[in-house]
Amino acid sequence: MTTVGSAPAPRELRRFVTPEGVDLRLRIGTAGERASAFLLDATFIVLGLAAFSLAIVLTASSLATAGLGTPQVGAYLSVIWLLGFFVVRNFYFMAFELGARAATPGKRIIGLRVAARDGGRLTAEAVFARNALREIEIFLPLQVLLISLGQVSDGYGGWLIALGVAWTGGFALFPLFNRDRLRVGDFVAGTWVVKSGRERLSIDLLDAADAANAQSRYAFSVDQANAYGVKELYVLEDVLRRRDPKTLAAVAERIRVKIGWRAIDAETDAEFLTAYYGALRARLETQLLFGRRRQDKFDKP
Amino acid sequence: MPQVKDLQLKSQRFRAEREADWRRLEALLTKAETRSASTLTDDELLAIPVLYRSALSALSVARATSLDHSLTDYLESLATRGYFFVYGARASLGERIGGFFYRTWPTAVRGLWRETLISFLITAGAVLVGYLLVTGDPGWYDALMPSGLGQGRDFTASTEDLRKVLYASGDKHMLAALAGYLFQNNAQIAIYSFALGFAFCVPTVLLLAQNGLTLGALFALYGSRGLGFELGGWIFIHGVTELFAIILGGAAGFRIGWRVAFPGSGSRMEAAAAAGRAAAPVVAGVVLMLVCAGLLEGFARQLIQVDWQRYAIALTTLLIWLGYFYTPRRGRPL
Repeated sequence: MTTVGSAPAPRELRRFVTPEGVDLRLRIGTAGERASAFLLDATFIVLGLAAFSLAIVLTASSLATAGLGTPQVGAYLSVIWLLGFFVVRNFYFMAFELGARAATPGKRIIGLRVAARDGGRLTAEAVFARNALREIEIFLPLQVLLISLGQVSDGYGGWLIALGVAWTGGFALFPLFNRDRLRVGDFVAGTWVVKSGRERLSIDLLDAADAANAQSRYAFSVDQANAYGVKELYVLEDVLRRRDPKTLAAVAERIRVKIGWRAIDAETDAEFLTAYYGALRARLETQLLFGRRRQDKFDKP
Repeated sequence: MPQVKDLQLKSQRFRAEREADWRRLEALLTKAETRSASTLTDDELLAIPVLYRSALSALSVARATSLDHSLTDYLESLATRGYFFVYGARASLGERIGGFFYRTWPTAVRGLWRETLISFLITAGAVLVGYLLVTGDPGWYDALMPSGLGQGRDFTASTEDLRKVLYASGDKHMLAALAGYLFQNNAQIAIYSFALGFAFCVPTVLLLAQNGLTLGALFALYGSRGLGFELGGWIFIHGVTELFAIILGGAAGFRIGWRVAFPGSGSRMEAAAAAGRAAAPVVAGVVLMLVCAGLLEGFARQLIQVDWQRYAIALTTLLIWLGYFYTPRRGRPL
């Protein structure tokens, strides 16, 4: 038997207690999610820079055809381009993560956000630190790779490059070697990246139109309602929400055999399952109110 | 046989009574997140914390009494969103920027005074070593000077050519491009010296030492032709700001590397996070200092050709930075 309120804790769940004393059980972004978010952001940056460069080139050429293409104008345009590049490279992540959603567009799409590990507020310093370190995690390896492409023929340069790639690759793979999937930047800034999905409140299955009707037609004994625990109830809830006829039929059959159910008139799988869900939940919730959470069917009733 | 038949569970009634509040909180949060917090009316702004706390208590109750999985998931997500809104950053951008310049930046710089001193000593030492090495054997010059930075300034150049570099007024419209390039280059170096400090300070020391050696070698070259004083004016007009910025970037790197290597009584993670937060504003400020250095280098140096005026500007900028960083501020320390 387990105590009330303890839920199975998957590997990504983390304790995160608010000042009000409630554990929010944050879900850590997985390495795959982090990588996808970053690739999205990188795509946006590259597209943005390409558009920006194109705009500069077009401005320059249109000025040139208008007879205004003095070297002075060219110099100013190149400054604008250079600074624009610098700003985007260094401040894209920072600007978005300082916003109310604390997430870059890539993270928003994946459903992630940055948060302070200690539960405090996410400060500008932390956002700056975690993104300044992105320089050595992403841009340095990138530079090393580009340089190494140009110098392969060079004698012992190859060893230096291999060393450089190993060094910087170590930083890039850092998140895979700790359980909170922290980048070096997260490590230094005291931040982590958590899921921030917007769950929709779906209808309570027992409030559905056919539920009351079903419950009045089907009657289960206490023994029958005692056949399963919370884990099975959640699976049943999932099955009922999906409404896949094949799964409904298979699950209904399993339950009928398990509880020794004799079919009533005009019984349908969906109705039977809805009614049984109601009975099971009522039984388990009553136990819960008495401080007893029956984890699964192997738990003593 | 007793029958289990209860048409309205307690958890159903619990949900029915509170659902409207949750939906209202959700709508307000969505409004604040998609547009901005400033689009909320005063009433809405006041309602959010109250609704958030009731959602939070509903979450506790639901965890203890309800077995509707989708409901607890929803409440967890809602409470988390509410938490990040209620305890998220409140200050406006203007206040944040003002606070940064008035207190955060100088305080952070003062907090790193030991590291700044070490960083300065390493740079100064490297300058001295570079100077002595090249003075003793000019062959060292090529080893110490990266090929890109030399720009034809080496021991084969005539004194006249070397002098010309110091007073070249340059192609006026290329100055802007030069300033932009130099700034971007230096800012990247400063960010590296901060970021690389994570690796136990070693790369930071190397970056600072290399910077100093180059400078020392340059002084040795010009000193051998009796142009040391003139080179000083040429370098320091922007170099005071630039070197100060690089030294501060190095100091920030040292703080992190040191705390990662010797975390003290806390865990390595906590120590690194605390050091990162203490050092980050310094580096953000360093980037701004390098903007100033780039402007001085690109414009002031080319437009001002008299040595004592160059030195005067160098001294003024030094006094401004020292005064700004190290005069105590009133108000509560951060």
